[in-house]
Amino acid sequence: MLTETSTQRKTYFEELQDKGYSRRDFMKFCTMIAAYMGLQSSGVAQVTEALKTKPRIPVIWLHFQECTCCSESFIRSSHPIVADIILDKLSLDYTETLMAAAGHQAEEAMQKTMKDYYGEYVLCVEGSVPAGADGVYCMIGGKSSMDILHEAAAGAKAIICWGSCASNGCVQAAKPNPTKATPIHKIIKGKPIIKVPGCPPIGEVMAGVLVHILTFDTLPALDGIGRPKAFYSKRVHDSCYRRPYYDAGMFVETFDDENAKRGYCLYKVGCKGPSTYNACGIMKWNNGTSYPIQSGHGCFGCSEESFWDNGPIYERMVNAGGFGIEENADKVGMVALGVTAAGLAAHAIATNLRKHKVVDELIAEGKQSEHELKND
Amino acid sequence: MARIVVDPITRIEGHLRIEAEIKDGKIEEAYSSGTMVRLIEEILRGRDPRDAWAFVGRVCGVCTTVHSLASIRAVEDALGITVPPNAELVRNLMFCAQNIHDHVVHFYHLHALDWVDVVSALKADPKKTSEIAQSISNWPKSSPGYFSDLQKRLTKFVESGQLGIFANGYWGHPAYKLPAEINLIGVAHYLEALEWQKEIVKVHTIFGGKNPHPNFLVGGMACSISLDDSSGINAERLAYVHQLLKQAKEFVEQVYIPDLLAIAPYYLDWGAIGGGLGNYLVYGDLSTSSYSDVQNYKFPAGAILNKDLSKIHEVDLRNDSEVQEFIPHSWYEYAGGDGVGLHPWQGETKLNYTGPKPPFDHLNVEEKYSFLKTPRWKGNAMEVGPLARVLVGYASGREDFKEVVNSTLAKLNVPAAALFSTLGRTAARGLESILVAQWALEFYDQLIGNIKSGDTRMANMEKFKPETWPANAKGVGHTEAPRGALAHWIVIEDQKIKNYQLVVPSTWNASPRDQEGKSSAYEAALKDTPIADINKPVEILRTIHSFDPCLACAVHLYDEEGKHISKVQVL
Repeated sequence: MLTETSTQRKTYFEELQDKGYSRRDFMKFCTMIAAYMGLQSSGVAQVTEALKTKPRIPVIWLHFQECTCCSESFIRSSHPIVADIILDKLSLDYTETLMAAAGHQAEEAMQKTMKDYYGEYVLCVEGSVPAGADGVYCMIGGKSSMDILHEAAAGAKAIICWGSCASNGCVQAAKPNPTKATPIHKIIKGKPIIKVPGCPPIGEVMAGVLVHILTFDTLPALDGIGRPKAFYSKRVHDSCYRRPYYDAGMFVETFDDENAKRGYCLYKVGCKGPSTYNACGIMKWNNGTSYPIQSGHGCFGCSEESFWDNGPIYERMVNAGGFGIEENADKVGMVALGVTAAGLAAHAIATNLRKHKVVDELIAEGKQSEHELKND
Repeated sequence: MARIVVDPITRIEGHLRIEAEIKDGKIEEAYSSGTMVRLIEEILRGRDPRDAWAFVGRVCGVCTTVHSLASIRAVEDALGITVPPNAELVRNLMFCAQNIHDHVVHFYHLHALDWVDVVSALKADPKKTSEIAQSISNWPKSSPGYFSDLQKRLTKFVESGQLGIFANGYWGHPAYKLPAEINLIGVAHYLEALEWQKEIVKVHTIFGGKNPHPNFLVGGMACSISLDDSSGINAERLAYVHQLLKQAKEFVEQVYIPDLLAIAPYYLDWGAIGGGLGNYLVYGDLSTSSYSDVQNYKFPAGAILNKDLSKIHEVDLRNDSEVQEFIPHSWYEYAGGDGVGLHPWQGETKLNYTGPKPPFDHLNVEEKYSFLKTPRWKGNAMEVGPLARVLVGYASGREDFKEVVNSTLAKLNVPAAALFSTLGRTAARGLESILVAQWALEFYDQLIGNIKSGDTRMANMEKFKPETWPANAKGVGHTEAPRGALAHWIVIEDQKIKNYQLVVPSTWNASPRDQEGKSSAYEAALKDTPIADINKPVEILRTIHSFDPCLACAVHLYDEEGKHISKVQVL
């Protein structure tokens, strides 16, 4: 779907060779990316081939109501070669955070890409768009973010919504949402939209999503609500190394107690892992250094819709939203997500299929844990 | 008179617009406007005070950490919670990691391109570059081959015609003064710093689970010390932190500071430009004992007025006549009118956008023109940030500050007056990085000492449950963000947040004029700045970037009525 516009443009592999990277470096990079995308070993060849032959794609990265944590997370992407490629090789033609140009020269750079690559560039959006008060709550160069979004989306091949702000509104859309912060998919219709939620998303997830598009000329497979399956198909709970303690009913009662020192389950001090779909438990953060649960704090579900309104951080879910037994977790997830009926069904089916086996095996233990919890 | 507009100001966090009137090649008047608002304080109202750190952490993903830190301190202050020493030290270490990370990223990725001409680096002689690099530092990546390879990469990049983030820069502007070889060193270290910055943040990942936006906890930290479990902070985790801190110190001392000192001599004229207010405010932080022990702060608190380093004024954040916020030029309205100033505990604010309907060319600067309020200390406009901290440390007679300042002034052969400038602001950021990198290792040793002596407490949970709280409480928590003095004020009623106010560094620096027409720091610093080419005002970027703007956190408000001017319904 992402067609070439010029055979003159260099491929990634050529660029890398120019930069002094060896074929071995290149293969390492391809293998890493393939692994992140959950591909079998046969997929590595596909990634390799794609990066050797595909031209560079221009990217426009807009910043609206956001805190720039997504950009910061992106530059944390752990493998140096990824930073090199994404920053130099994507042709990141507009991003207010890093670009040298300012003011009208910055605006010109964006206009040029929108014109020269109409229908070809990838639009990345970091931040929500305030729909209140004629859009005056976010203005750039004297224009409202609403107008800028419409203008930039028109010629975009696809739109990537970085983080929870662009995907679901995040903190500024929490009740009472005073600026009417609105996620991108509620404004732009008729364009392929990929949501990469999280506050922020993991750096390597962001890199992985971009590379998937470049490699396969297609969008990554998405779940019912538009998230790449590669990174959002498993619940943090399903991939948690503390899960056995949950199943055994062994919980941290209060922070820094003896059970906390033993690394027991954080469910009772508020962990939202059971209703959160993200790759934190598998990929971890900052090159696999740790992730919230490993560092003793529960997950608070930052990749889920309306997570700021899904109950206080330190209250366990059984109190917050009637969350109960294991088999009910998807229903809770759905209520919390507030997604459309169609998306909901697809989400639930996909999830259930995937975890069917695991859940069957664990459900008896899980019920026992919940029974103990209720009597606690 | 020409009116120029730079919007967006890029290489910052957030949305900033500068309008400037140019007369006879100089800026006569400048106007700074924050053009994005999210109203996070309004969203906080009625929520659990223990959750506030997570919400306010999201005001900024660049200075992530400091807002969360100020928040948990405000709640702990309100509820009378004492934090175990280990938690204080871990918080200090997270502060240090963030401060160093932020300063290095600012210097190379946000500020350097105002001084370093990327395109000129193509003309550098790699051998000569290597000689210069080796003469200023022991940093190993300095061979002629290294610079030659980099230059080849750069040439290919430029020849490809797709300049990406480097497109449309002011390259070739006569204000760029560096020899090609130093430009090449700058580009090399731009890329190396990009690699390095993702390492130091792992201190946050180890203690707080992730970065950006690591986790914090009212009462301490959630990362238990557990020398006998793989889940807790054990010898491996501590060794990891130690290594990261040592690497950070190395990078600051062998890359950042030598580059700063190599670039500065070509821009000494900027030691007399961009001074601005001459008033400096510091709340202080990094205690060697506990946060409440102000006397033992590594960053001493205080205020300096009119560049008078002989007198440090005391600052009291609880005194309602000291820190106040005004709105005569801000898109808000007060019940008492635009003339009054309010202490954050009494914060009363309501959005009132009266600016032009977008799209527009110019703001009406005679009226309201920014989403930032205008904070004042005892009525004075104050500059906050690394320069303020270094000056207060220096004026307090602290040996460590005096040493780094005096040795740098000597190396550059400039008088102390050069500190009050764009160059001074940029240099101060580097100087405090040297100190912070040293202090981080001291805090690390202190943490190890504590654990050795048998103290492994990381959180005090005695007053964590809301039922233990008084019906009414209010508190203030402060810290020093990379960009300057930061404080959060909280009012708690019936276990919920009744009022929450942040007065953040970029609000001090970037705010519009006050009721007397007095400028805040950005506007004051831009005044009289020479502009060589009004179509390429790199000079504006130099001074504005010297403050390290961070706008998302500067704009926020508490809307007492929950109302705002709204003409469009949600989609």
